[in-house]
Amino acid sequence: MKITSSWLKDHLKTNVNIEKIVSTLNNIGLEVESVGSADKNNFFFVAKIIKAEKHPNADKLKLCDVDIGSGKIVKVICGASNARDGLLTVYAGPGAIIPKNQLKIKVTNIRGIDSYGMLCSESELGLSDESQGITELDSKKFKVGSSYFKNNSEPAIDISITPNRSDCQGVRGIARDLSTAGLGKLIDLEQIKLKTNIKNPFKVILQSNSGCSSFAHCYIEGIKNSESPKWLKDKLIAVGMNPISTVVDITNYIMLDLNRPLHAYDADKIEKKVIVRASRKGEKFSALDNNTYSLEDGACLITNEKEILGLGGVIGGENSSISLDTKNIFLESALFDPVKISKIAKKLGINSDAKFRFERGVDPNGMEYGLKLAAKIIHKICGGKISNLIISGENNFKNKQIKFNSDNFEKIIGSKISPAEIKKILNNLGFKLKESKNIYSVTIPTWRPDIKEEVDIVEELIRIRGYDKIQLIKPEMDSSKGVLTGKQKLYRFTQRSIANKGFMETITYSFTNSKIDSLFGLHNKSLVITNPISNDLDVLRSSIFSNLLIHIKNNIHRSFEDQKIFESGPVFFGSKPGEQIAVIGGIQIGKIYRKNWLEKDKEVDVFEIKDCVYKTLIELGIHEQDLTVIQESETYYHPGRSGKFYLNSNKQLPIANFGEINPKIVKELDIKSGPIFGFQIFLNNIPFINKQNTEKKIKYVVSNFQKIERDFAFIVDKKFEAEKIVNSLLNVDKKLIKKIRIFDVFQGGNIEKNKKSIALNLLIQSQDKTLNDKEIDELSDKIIQTMQKSFDATLRS
Amino acid sequence: MDEILHLEKDFKSKIDQSDTLHKIELIKSEAFGKNGKIGELFKKITTLQGEDRKNFASNLNKLKDNINNLINSKISLFEQKEINKKLSEDRIDITLPGRPISFGKIHPVTQVIDEVTAIFGEIGFSVAEGPDVENEYNNFTALNTPPHHPARDMHDTFYLAQNKEILLRTHTSPVQIRTMLSGKPPFKIIAPGRTYRCDSDQTHTPMFHQVEGLHIDKNVNMGHLKGVLDYFIRKFFEVDKIKMRFRPSHFPFTEPSAEVDIGYELKDGKIVIGEGDKWLEILGCGMVHPNVLKNCKVNTSIYQGYAFGIGIDRLAMLKYGINDLRSFFETDVRWLEHYGFDPLDIPANYRGFSR
Repeated sequence: MKITSSWLKDHLKTNVNIEKIVSTLNNIGLEVESVGSADKNNFFFVAKIIKAEKHPNADKLKLCDVDIGSGKIVKVICGASNARDGLLTVYAGPGAIIPKNQLKIKVTNIRGIDSYGMLCSESELGLSDESQGITELDSKKFKVGSSYFKNNSEPAIDISITPNRSDCQGVRGIARDLSTAGLGKLIDLEQIKLKTNIKNPFKVILQSNSGCSSFAHCYIEGIKNSESPKWLKDKLIAVGMNPISTVVDITNYIMLDLNRPLHAYDADKIEKKVIVRASRKGEKFSALDNNTYSLEDGACLITNEKEILGLGGVIGGENSSISLDTKNIFLESALFDPVKISKIAKKLGINSDAKFRFERGVDPNGMEYGLKLAAKIIHKICGGKISNLIISGENNFKNKQIKFNSDNFEKIIGSKISPAEIKKILNNLGFKLKESKNIYSVTIPTWRPDIKEEVDIVEELIRIRGYDKIQLIKPEMDSSKGVLTGKQKLYRFTQRSIANKGFMETITYSFTNSKIDSLFGLHNKSLVITNPISNDLDVLRSSIFSNLLIHIKNNIHRSFEDQKIFESGPVFFGSKPGEQIAVIGGIQIGKIYRKNWLEKDKEVDVFEIKDCVYKTLIELGIHEQDLTVIQESETYYHPGRSGKFYLNSNKQLPIANFGEINPKIVKELDIKSGPIFGFQIFLNNIPFINKQNTEKKIKYVVSNFQKIERDFAFIVDKKFEAEKIVNSLLNVDKKLIKKIRIFDVFQGGNIEKNKKSIALNLLIQSQDKTLNDKEIDELSDKIIQTMQKSFDATLRS
Repeated sequence: MDEILHLEKDFKSKIDQSDTLHKIELIKSEAFGKNGKIGELFKKITTLQGEDRKNFASNLNKLKDNINNLINSKISLFEQKEINKKLSEDRIDITLPGRPISFGKIHPVTQVIDEVTAIFGEIGFSVAEGPDVENEYNNFTALNTPPHHPARDMHDTFYLAQNKEILLRTHTSPVQIRTMLSGKPPFKIIAPGRTYRCDSDQTHTPMFHQVEGLHIDKNVNMGHLKGVLDYFIRKFFEVDKIKMRFRPSHFPFTEPSAEVDIGYELKDGKIVIGEGDKWLEILGCGMVHPNVLKNCKVNTSIYQGYAFGIGIDRLAMLKYGINDLRSFFETDVRWLEHYGFDPLDIPANYRGFSR
């Protein structure tokens, strides 16, 4: 909602300056977005290029960071050769119309990057024929952020009116609030006595389910419609509205002034019998905006028997519209159902000023006054004869009554309020009071549909008194409760544990490209977003890998060959609330060593990623002996180079998986470098360790007896996995065998084709004595036997 | 006796003159080796008697020790020299780079969530969570925003079903509903998390982050709300002098409602929080609307309280001078490297937020 200081003074007797008006508006909850010209031709600002670099995807274009004032930096793509760091030039923001070609500036994507406006040449600005390069301005004469073109209209105060304050969609409502806040006296509305000298020939029939509860109208005959007088045009232009013709401008003026939408019809284009009814599905309607809409049922229509004249409270019809030739008019001031209006306008995608106001609520008691005022001004400017007013439907609007206990003010706000202050504030806002001790019976004016209960009155009082008067109560330190749950601690710890292994944390959208996601996850139709922001962000992700790989590819294009990135966040397996799990997933690509004088170049391998996961799991407090790794694959991994970690014998829920991303997928994604390695840790499957630190440490037991090492090499079938071999050997004598290390795995040579040699180093130590040769030999024999029995292994000679 | 003195003089001079390890080794064997000169003299002891024998033996032993020490110290001198020589030759360029190290980083949003958690944790808040996919009731209706309420238009909502029953939460406020429905008052929680709106331009991304706050108890009033937010802002921005402004506003789920602005100024195009004369909106808050409490089965004659919602990405931008919101979610490794935090830089009250 835009107002000007002079318009405000039509309703408010005050001498205060605009700064005071702005600060008071902010203080009472009418937030000022900006103060400045609302003239639509004014989107040109003095701006400074902070940085101009080559567009990554186009040789002749530059990508500029442009300071447009107030610390706002925007990205603008520019083809001018003189665009350079530090240059002061003219910036046209989205919405601007370029004088040379009347082109409207929009945010446009130029070769993959969004450009937020345009830097203009003198020729484009209509200043000269100079079209080589953008305008260069002298920094001594121009200030960054200032408007480039001088403008003569009064500055408009742009107020962001919250949806509850429909009364402030009219200048008078704002004036009333300012008056209550002490800025001046609210000027009484003039009493209107219309001279009506003809009979209203129209008959309006209101159907009961039409969505229109009341319809006031009059007829004006013999007017001369033309361009509006200067005062009216200036008023409208100053708040950003285009003047059209006197009649239309007056209806707009009253809408902006009193929050009272009106509609004028060319009376010669419509029949005298007007029926207000609900629409039927499939009806077609040609509106003023040159669009033809196909209607659903339930919309409120203003009709003649044969045709539709308007979509009530939303937009008028094209066939009954006012033109400069219009001689006779039918003027409507009605009440429409806010919910019906909201539904229909949303469905049809229409945003009109009238719709906006009806949706939020208008003062029913202003219906008749607005109509009279319009008739009066039209008569004054355009001449003609006014008919009698007719009101169809309801015309008796009762005020709401609310009980207010002033003790509740203190209870909610924390300080007291005096009866005098209550009366002063509420009376000035137009509320009427009956007092009985601390209980007030408050009569709510009909222009305040937002005041529904006691707490709303509390808000009115504190809003006008000022939030700065609320006494601040300092919080007390309190560490009696735990801040994080076990799961939350685990999540946070894992993030930092992974980052500490050289991975960069990223955050990507929870949605992704369905084509890419289907390579990794479920093919679940319920994850499809009905109204995606773009086609490549059309589903909730079912895998953490989808976005990570998209971004890995982008970074390769930025020439980063070696990358380690990870994300922690939700992935979804259904569209019901809660059908999501927390996953930490990482991707590594490239080399571990590259161009290093100490080490030869070394590619990432699957063990690099396995170690990372393993180490993290141990750091999370999982005991080494509880972890099992199994060579088991998901389709998105290389079947021979991937695995899963399980806890104990629970083979249902892996706590992590890792591996080389399936080369088929890498090819599908058109990522040229590879291989790519990834891991996922499923935090929901990890039981959090909720032990006190004191319980975590078990008894300290060490042996000081001699340690013995023995090496063995066995020939085993290829299929036997190292972890199984190690586990069964550890079981040969848990007391004596402390550790088994695998120091060689070999295939080929003189070893049979389907066999491999595995070399083990055993660390043997007793807890209570030094072992003699006999005991060691016995243990060795047992080991060899076990290998034979369990794995059909022979000792390699 | 002369023999001993002579021998001593002879060896001393030889030892003096020896200039290699080899030469001194030769002298050593000349003195003490098989048929060595000093060994030979010991044989002579048996030929002597009485005092002579005693004196001779004593002097000879002295000679032996003396020469032995001289030889050994000379040997050790040469050995030292040799080691020093070896060490001085065995030199590498220690300024060469070692094996490459990859440093991981924590995303600024994660860091800010941890900072926010540390601050509110100290004044009795614990962390609650809710799902990203919500039903329409928790996201809107229970929060006193019935269907066709104009406030719903201000949230450009992503839907997962044609009937608009299932959606991506547009704010973290549904966690208020979940928290209150699943427990009994008092409640004192914060809920950081992802939020979604169907909006994408220079200053909006379709996903962003919020932290919700909710404190419901007996006698919690607007003064407490003001105190908690004042405390938070001072702690978070790590500045004592900060201007804060409470402005009336409107949210369907709070009454009275407020927005909070903080003062800032621009220095070299960068926002500096503190005493400037410009205002920046950073959060919305208010006293929880009685209808919301009723929807959550909280007895409004006993309990009341406040709620707030803060944009986390906004906080990160302001505190760490990040200009572009969109860059948060673009995974440009250069950006992550620049704005990311060391993983060991864990925000904690006991040591402050900054290292």
